[in-house]
Amino acid sequence: MHPLAQATTQPLPLPEVDWRAIAPELALAVAGVVLLLVVAFWPRAGRGVLAGLTLAGLAAAAALTVWNWDLERVAFEGAVSLDGITRYARAVLLAVGALATLMVAQGDSREGEPDDSPPEVFPLLLFALLGMVLLAAASDLLVVFIALEILSLSLYVMAGETRRLAAQEAAMKYFLLGAFSSAFLLYGIALCYGATGSTNLLEIADATGDPTADGTLLLAGVGLLAVGFLFKVSAVPFHMWTPDVYQGTPTPVAAFMAAATKVAGFAVFLRVFAGALGGLVVSWRPVIAGAAVLTMLVGAALAVVQTDLKRMLAYSSISHAGYLLVGVAAAATVPAGVSASMFYLLTYAFMVMGAFMVVQYVSRLGPPDDDAIGERSSLEDYRGLARRHPWAAGLLAVFMLALTGIPPLSGFWAKYYVFLAGIEAGLTWLVVVAVISSVISAFFYLRVLVVAYLQEPVGDPGAETAPGRTPALGVALGLAGLLTVAIGLAPEALIAAARSAERILG
Amino acid sequence: MTTYFQAYGTFAALLVLSIAFVAVAFGANRLLRPNRPTPGKLTTYESGMDPVGTTWSQTQIRYYVFAFLFVIFDVESVFLFPWALVFADIGVAAFWEMVVFIGVLAIGLLYAFKKGVLRWA
Amino acid sequence: MPLMYPLVFAAFLFSAGVYGVLARRNAVMVLMSIELMLNAVNVNLVAFNAYLRDELVSGQVFALFVIAVAAAEVGIGLAIVLLIFRNRETVNIDEVDLLRW
Repeated sequence: MHPLAQATTQPLPLPEVDWRAIAPELALAVAGVVLLLVVAFWPRAGRGVLAGLTLAGLAAAAALTVWNWDLERVAFEGAVSLDGITRYARAVLLAVGALATLMVAQGDSREGEPDDSPPEVFPLLLFALLGMVLLAAASDLLVVFIALEILSLSLYVMAGETRRLAAQEAAMKYFLLGAFSSAFLLYGIALCYGATGSTNLLEIADATGDPTADGTLLLAGVGLLAVGFLFKVSAVPFHMWTPDVYQGTPTPVAAFMAAATKVAGFAVFLRVFAGALGGLVVSWRPVIAGAAVLTMLVGAALAVVQTDLKRMLAYSSISHAGYLLVGVAAAATVPAGVSASMFYLLTYAFMVMGAFMVVQYVSRLGPPDDDAIGERSSLEDYRGLARRHPWAAGLLAVFMLALTGIPPLSGFWAKYYVFLAGIEAGLTWLVVVAVISSVISAFFYLRVLVVAYLQEPVGDPGAETAPGRTPALGVALGLAGLLTVAIGLAPEALIAAARSAERILG
Repeated sequence: MTTYFQAYGTFAALLVLSIAFVAVAFGANRLLRPNRPTPGKLTTYESGMDPVGTTWSQTQIRYYVFAFLFVIFDVESVFLFPWALVFADIGVAAFWEMVVFIGVLAIGLLYAFKKGVLRWA
Repeated sequence: MPLMYPLVFAAFLFSAGVYGVLARRNAVMVLMSIELMLNAVNVNLVAFNAYLRDELVSGQVFALFVIAVAAAEVGIGLAIVLLIFRNRETVNIDEVDLLRW
């Protein structure tokens, strides 16, 4: 008998199919497929109908998440793990998905002029969310890889959904650098598999405590994994793609990327580094801490010189990734690092989505500019916004102050808990750098408000055409603003919920 | 081990024989036929039409979507082979799982069909 | 066969891919270089699988998934490159610079 044939005579252990454990993911997958069929067979379905169906799918997934709330188990032979991180990330991601659906439904539309972006963006949004939710629950490097690709492939297409040249260029850059970073991540996975003999995070966690494991191979693998993840969460020095991609992509998609990929990316970052590779913390902490320092300082410094608000928000999101890396660096030894990071992700997701919503609102003011390369998002367009659109300017102020971290808004508490965890882990120097970066970042956040409140509008404000009815965007803006203020006023309940996420790999 | 190489030896002999057969047939043809070229004979035969342009002309690729679809569906079949190997051990459950997998792929194909990318030209 | 041979081979293949991504200006060539990197990973996975005598054949299964995902990735990548080419008549990534790098 052929030697290869012999290997298969042993019966393979079959994993028990635990439908309940992945019920929210299944709901998203089914909703996505159904929506794809609706788009194909009912081409004249309005965006309102599609957005409604998307929201229905999200609601079903949310209901199943609530149904599974107290479930703590490892399913599918350790491939999927249901614990605090999974649950918290699911809740945040579904909420972000709902806000993104509202933004996408509004799109670029003006009075009497519907948005012309393809309706496929709704199923793609659901597929991307499926990847993100699965990524947060993944407890096997194979599932990590597949979930990451599901979300990345959907986002590559979403980034280039409009005819604007800037969006297409952003899609290409996002694709090339995303695929490049996936290859590094995969190489790291392969080396970790070779060193520990398994792709399962639980078994890797056991093996890293074992001194007989091949140290060099494992460390090389961990290093490449770090490169891959740092690329995905856009940390310096792997941040080059972020400004171009955020500036070029349609604003709703950019908001979704900025908020949701951060949540999913940091959830898996925490699970792999603070959880499975926690035994090697001495080896990887200097790398992550170094990346955190660079990310915080470079992100804040480059944001100062930007003249385009979307690009500025991209650099701001880079510096926020730096604060989150402080949480990751702390998380391996201090459980509060995990809960602080998860809470940060929750608050950051709503702040940054709110900021992008204001950008979307302002970009729709004025005459249509379909021939323009990108959307209207220059800082110039915000001059005198307070006089023209006081509500939009007021919400812009809320989000900018929250991103700066001014109490009592949500951003303050997020930073407070992360810095506290950092000090508890003995990373005081890192927290000092983070505070310096926060001070620098206050400059560019407040500059936006100076432009909006103190400068005179350019041209004749009366000549400005109305943006048309904005029910979807209005609702989304209201919700994001409300959440940002409410979390700031009462953070205790949510930080308590995050504390339940501290035990990784439950 | 000897039987292993003998099996490939038969194949090698067949390969050599078939190459020799073609070479001999074409060689004999070349030696026996008269050779009187005229411009009409030297042009490329295109179903009786006069050939236009050079061979390096650019053609419009209408069929790249087919190529994409082919590559994706072709590679998905990679999962069928390990499945076939363990099918007998697992039984009915394996069948239904593959039905789900192929069903999802079929929905993708259905979407492509409805979008009209499968219509030639 | 010692484990070192396929590992070194895969490392060279991966490095060739990285070089291609960084040095090539044609987007299609960059795409091909990325494929080279993914295939280097596949060599690694299969080599480790054989070396570890993994009863779950995780390495081989992983390689199959990498192959399938790579095909999907190429499909999307080529579609994006074609979109750019139809609008700009170029696939040179240095000329695609409306947004500042």
